Amino acid sequence: MAGVRLAGFGWRHAGRRAWAVRGVDLRIDHGERVLLLGPSGAGKSTLLAALAGLLPADSGEQEGTVEIDGLDPAKARERVGTVFQDPQSQLVMARCGDDVAFGLENRGVPGDEIWPRVDEALRRVGFPYHRDRPTAALSGGEQQRLALAGVLALRPGLLLLDEPTANLDPAGADLVRTAVAGALDPDTTLVLVEHRVADALPLVDRVVVLAPGGGVRADGTPEAVFAAHGAALAAEGVWVPGHPTVTRRAAGPPGAELLTADRLGLPPRLAPTDLAVRAGEALAVLGPNGAGKSTLALLLGGLLRPGAGRLTATAALAGGDTRTPPHRWRAPALAGRIGSVFQDPEHQFVTRTVRDELALGPRRTGRPEPSVRATVDELLERLRLTRLAGANPYTLSGGEARRLSVATALATAPRLLICDEPTFGQDRRTWGELVDLLADLRDAGHGVVTVTHDGDFVAALADRAVTLRPARKQP
Amino acid sequence: MIGLEPVATPGAPLARRNPVAKLAAGLVFSFLLVASLDPVAPAVAIAMELALLPLFGIRYRVLARRALPLLAGAVGILVTLMLFAADRSGRVLWEAGPLLVTSGVLVTALGLVLRMLAVALPGVIVFATTDPTDLADALVQNAKAPARFAIGALAAFRLVPLLGQEWQMLTMARRARGVDAGRNPLARLRLFAATAFALLVGAIRRGTRLAVAMDARGFDAGTPRTVARRQVFRPADWLLVAGAAALAGSALAVSVALGTFRPLIG
Amino acid sequence: MQHTTTNRWRTIDIVVAAVIAVAFGVIFWAWGLVWKAADPVFAAAPASQAVMYGVWLVPAVLGGLVIRKPGAALFCEAVAATVSALLGAEWGGITIVQGLIQGLGAELAFAAFRYRAYRLPVAVLAGAMTGLSAALFDFFVWNAKYALVSYRLPYAALTVLSAAVVAGVGGWYLTRALAETGVLDRFPAARDRTLV
Ligand SMILES: Nc1ncnc2c1ncn2[C@@H]1O[C@H](COP(=O)(O)OP(=O)(O)OP(=O)(O)O)[C@@H](O)[C@H]1O
Ligand SMILES: Nc1ncnc2c1ncn2[C@@H]1O[C@H](COP(=O)(O)OP(=O)(O)OP(=O)(O)O)[C@@H](O)[C@H]1O
Ligand SMILES: [Mg+2]
Ligand SMILES: [Mg+2]
Repeated sequence: MAGVRLAGFGWRHAGRRAWAVRGVDLRIDHGERVLLLGPSGAGKSTLLAALAGLLPADSGEQEGTVEIDGLDPAKARERVGTVFQDPQSQLVMARCGDDVAFGLENRGVPGDEIWPRVDEALRRVGFPYHRDRPTAALSGGEQQRLALAGVLALRPGLLLLDEPTANLDPAGADLVRTAVAGALDPDTTLVLVEHRVADALPLVDRVVVLAPGGGVRADGTPEAVFAAHGAALAAEGVWVPGHPTVTRRAAGPPGAELLTADRLGLPPRLAPTDLAVRAGEALAVLGPNGAGKSTLALLLGGLLRPGAGRLTATAALAGGDTRTPPHRWRAPALAGRIGSVFQDPEHQFVTRTVRDELALGPRRTGRPEPSVRATVDELLERLRLTRLAGANPYTLSGGEARRLSVATALATAPRLLICDEPTFGQDRRTWGELVDLLADLRDAGHGVVTVTHDGDFVAALADRAVTLRPARKQP
Repeated sequence: MIGLEPVATPGAPLARRNPVAKLAAGLVFSFLLVASLDPVAPAVAIAMELALLPLFGIRYRVLARRALPLLAGAVGILVTLMLFAADRSGRVLWEAGPLLVTSGVLVTALGLVLRMLAVALPGVIVFATTDPTDLADALVQNAKAPARFAIGALAAFRLVPLLGQEWQMLTMARRARGVDAGRNPLARLRLFAATAFALLVGAIRRGTRLAVAMDARGFDAGTPRTVARRQVFRPADWLLVAGAAALAGSALAVSVALGTFRPLIG
Repeated sequence: MQHTTTNRWRTIDIVVAAVIAVAFGVIFWAWGLVWKAADPVFAAAPASQAVMYGVWLVPAVLGGLVIRKPGAALFCEAVAATVSALLGAEWGGITIVQGLIQGLGAELAFAAFRYRAYRLPVAVLAGAMTGLSAALFDFFVWNAKYALVSYRLPYAALTVLSAAVVAGVGGWYLTRALAETGVLDRFPAARDRTLV
């Protein structure tokens, strides 16, 4: 059981001028289930970290107060369980069971009670493997479920979840939601951050919307909030249920072929695949977690050497360079032809500021400096990153980082753009902008390939879809 | 690439011993043998080590693969000795410029190569049969190592395979943005340095987040920790350490009895 | 930003120190590949191998400079050595002892300044001291049978020199470069950076 009080709460990260959150007055009572909403960069993740007692004094500046059951959150960690957005960095031990046991050991649970509780937590999240399985051998969705089990085993009074289903395939996301629903008892308070409101609504009975400038924008039952502010919130970027999104179908028939994959594969990550990518067409690649979609994206991007089959570029893409396969092209030539957006935006950043990040590609492909600057400024403006031009890419919020990674690939104006999960964790506004951006590219005759789990996105943009099946099922 | 799994049959009688006992036994054995420079004692020791191998559940072929870099090191010792041996007594066997091979040099080289193998093998055997988690557990429970440090190091160790993948991702990220080194060796070195730096930055960032995640699960809350996996130090474990000392001692004794013993100091 | 000056290690100190050690384990592994590719260049004189010795000692100095707590240099170098032993390094268990001895050199240097001074000269001293402890170990344990004047002494001298330059100066600049990226924001090593 745990209740939350925030009074005039604000937090400014070290190294930033702007406050990440500010002026938040909020009271959450025992057993309430709250969905925390707000456009990208509004400070949702920061607020959650504050509740978890994970904003150390040496990492920024605090305003106002935050209390869990009347205690400083750093002292109330025993009552709080947190699942972060990135499961990879919250697994601690090498074996699944040990990882769930880790928290129990820290809390001083007697040794003979630990394993029954571990098994029970694993069962509650529907974890399919034995507890001796190495954590390194789990797919993203399985890691997410394990992280949830590690938290549930502690029986927290306050459960904090930050986009727990980002990156999961629809079936996996359902499973995690079911696990959360099953774990909630009347004594558990829940604060959930999730952009896709419709998916989250069955789990919550209250909605709190943060305003980007500070303070709470709206607060109440979902029906009341959306009835009163629905249209305004939708315009600001909240995924209000029932508000239609843009649809951008291709204006004309597709153009020439750019790339052909002929039994292209990389055992055991990707089974042989046949595929043609055309100019002026948006192709969606679908499939469950672990099917090899990201592997295919890297292969098509000329970044991985194929383990089987062939990838051929046509003259429309490669000019006179059609004899060499893309993975052997020199990097500057590659960057001018094919742009890649990685699944994890952080994997993509190589410089220290947002501005340098955008300028790198155009400079390497030999564009003159004034034109580089013009491109960079235009992209900053278009993706609403101007305010962050001097920021370190790794300090961006989830949505900001995703926008930057898409922008870096656009900066070299490649003939073919390959995006891996471009829309996960995006607010509605960014989502719409991304659809427009990619549709504009396609209509200008570029090829667009997107790997995605996002059904709305496919419906809005894709002209054609292929579905990958897992290369081989392991027991 | 980098293998982290133990390569031995887990049930083997000596592989099952307490990790701290195995580590202590390996260190005792190595240390006694470092003290000798003659070929006889290490030769006897290597024979003992190889004879014990099945008890550790390691197959000879696997050991050969793990020990391959050691053989390369042996060649290095031989070459360096041909150039720089302190003792060049004995019959001259071969001479070419600064290279001088005498029977004395050969004996010394044989001694050093065998010593290197004899000293290194116990470590290879111990680590091939020990799971890092078990080692950390045993260090905390049986060797009174501070738990926060042992578990913290263990959590960081879990990142090793991830860092290998990260290296690949970093290389791809640069290539996607038009950065490569081509054939220029200097550019390659610069790219290597840049990638290594990025790896380090990424690793520290991960470490920072991991520390936060660990604290979120009560790692440093001050509550006395309990243990889920019990490690016990049995009489058999004492026996293993004593046995290692006795075996190494008897290898030295054989050498002394044959009159070939040459101590490191003196 | 205020930084607490207690000597108690926070979780982040422990994990980041260990991560630095582990990352160097992986960097060493990749460095080995590059080294093999460049082999022909350096084949001439084996003693010159000691020039690269400093690379193996960087974790000790870097750990001390970043964490700034008693035991950091020792812990980093010892964990790095254990990691390489676990990864199947050729020297096995002896590496751990060697790592402890190497770390001790840098640790003594930082301790001599009572864990208060972390400027370039201190870093160089720490580098030289790890180099010295490493050189002493090699001098007596591994190189005992080589010619004193033409091999053992130049090898030891080169080790100390390389450690002072690569681990000392290199470690200091590396710490500064790391601080500039912002990953050390929660450590005293981070300088005040411009706000954005
Ligand atoms: N470690 C950090 N250092 C500096 N600034 C940060 C850091 N983390 C977040 N910020 C900044 O604080 C603001 C709020 O970020 P936060 O991650 O809380 O947003 P969010 O609401 O979760 O957004 P999203 O929906 O995109 O995940 C952003 O402008 C972000 O750039
Ligand atoms: N670097 C790697 N080394 C070895 N195996 C890998 C590597 N990356 C991915 N795999 C494995 O290859 C398979 C396919 O991975 P991939 O990332 O391509 O899947 P995906 O379809 O993109 O999944 P998701 O929807 O979770 O992103 C998975 O089983 C994964 O564990
Ligand atoms: Mg967020
Ligand atoms: Mg993927």
